[in-house]
Amino acid sequence: MTQENIVYKKPTLMNDTPMHYCPGCSHGVVHKLVAEVIEEMNMEERTIGVSPVGCAVFAYRYIDIDWQEAAHGRAPAVATAIKRLWPDRLVFTYQGDGDLACIGTGETLHALNRGENFTIIFVNNAIYGMTGGQMAPTTLLGQKTSTCPHGRDPELHGYPLSITELAAQLDGTCYVTRQSVETVAAIRKAKQAIRKAFEASMQGKGSSLVEIVSTCNAGWKMSPQQANEWMQENMFKKYPKGDLKDTL
Amino acid sequence: MAKGRIEIDSERCKGCNLCAVACPQDVIELAHTQVNTHGYSFAQAKQLERCVGCAACGIVCPDACITVFRETREIK
Repeated sequence: MTQENIVYKKPTLMNDTPMHYCPGCSHGVVHKLVAEVIEEMNMEERTIGVSPVGCAVFAYRYIDIDWQEAAHGRAPAVATAIKRLWPDRLVFTYQGDGDLACIGTGETLHALNRGENFTIIFVNNAIYGMTGGQMAPTTLLGQKTSTCPHGRDPELHGYPLSITELAAQLDGTCYVTRQSVETVAAIRKAKQAIRKAFEASMQGKGSSLVEIVSTCNAGWKMSPQQANEWMQENMFKKYPKGDLKDTL
Repeated sequence: MAKGRIEIDSERCKGCNLCAVACPQDVIELAHTQVNTHGYSFAQAKQLERCVGCAACGIVCPDACITVFRETREIK
């Protein structure tokens, strides 16, 4: 007689609300990882997420923890207040590149530099996904978007901003890493990185930044599979994966 | 060889095909002649007998539609 074990299922913290993301969007995988890590740490009742403005603005609909919506780019400032008032809570922000690396650069870098004890999950897809695929500060040189249809030109548009490299230079950060979620192996590594960052936040060791290099297949005008291949070929050259800073 | 089984929530599936790409056993295929109520041609386990329960499809699924089971032998 044989029996069956469940070896993989939807995280119990994720509810049944269908996600509004486009088919194949990396956000869904990152949501699952965040939910799984919170479950594994038994922090379901003591976690507060801060959702951004961008595609992940509705993150509070999908993961059953406490959430606070922040004004565009201001999630690290809001998370600072939450963590200082409730030091026993696990606080994280979940931001995209338009939110974190453009309008919220000041808030992000200063919160990281102050060493606030929360984690920033930074989903970098090199484009403004929600508003229709416009050029973001992280858009690669030569990459075509709806506002640079001939490709990003450094003389006209400047150079891509590597916010994670900047964060690694700051004294307040304890763990700065760059991961991706396109393969099973990469997803497992990204989950370990999120777990490590969350634990460092709870131990009061300083700020952590976990960048997830992601795809935006709808904004890039590709199929999900093509977008993953394009990311591996192009994004990883400018945004190499690995730990940039680890003082833990 | 361990044998596995998957269940796909076809109403939640958006037909991104990433599970079919990740599957090492070619179990999954998109339903090309059927759509769910949202209009997506959802993923189906076309060759379920080949499944080994590795959970690669479930891990890469961005919409968390796939539940993976693996057979276990009873210890006597």
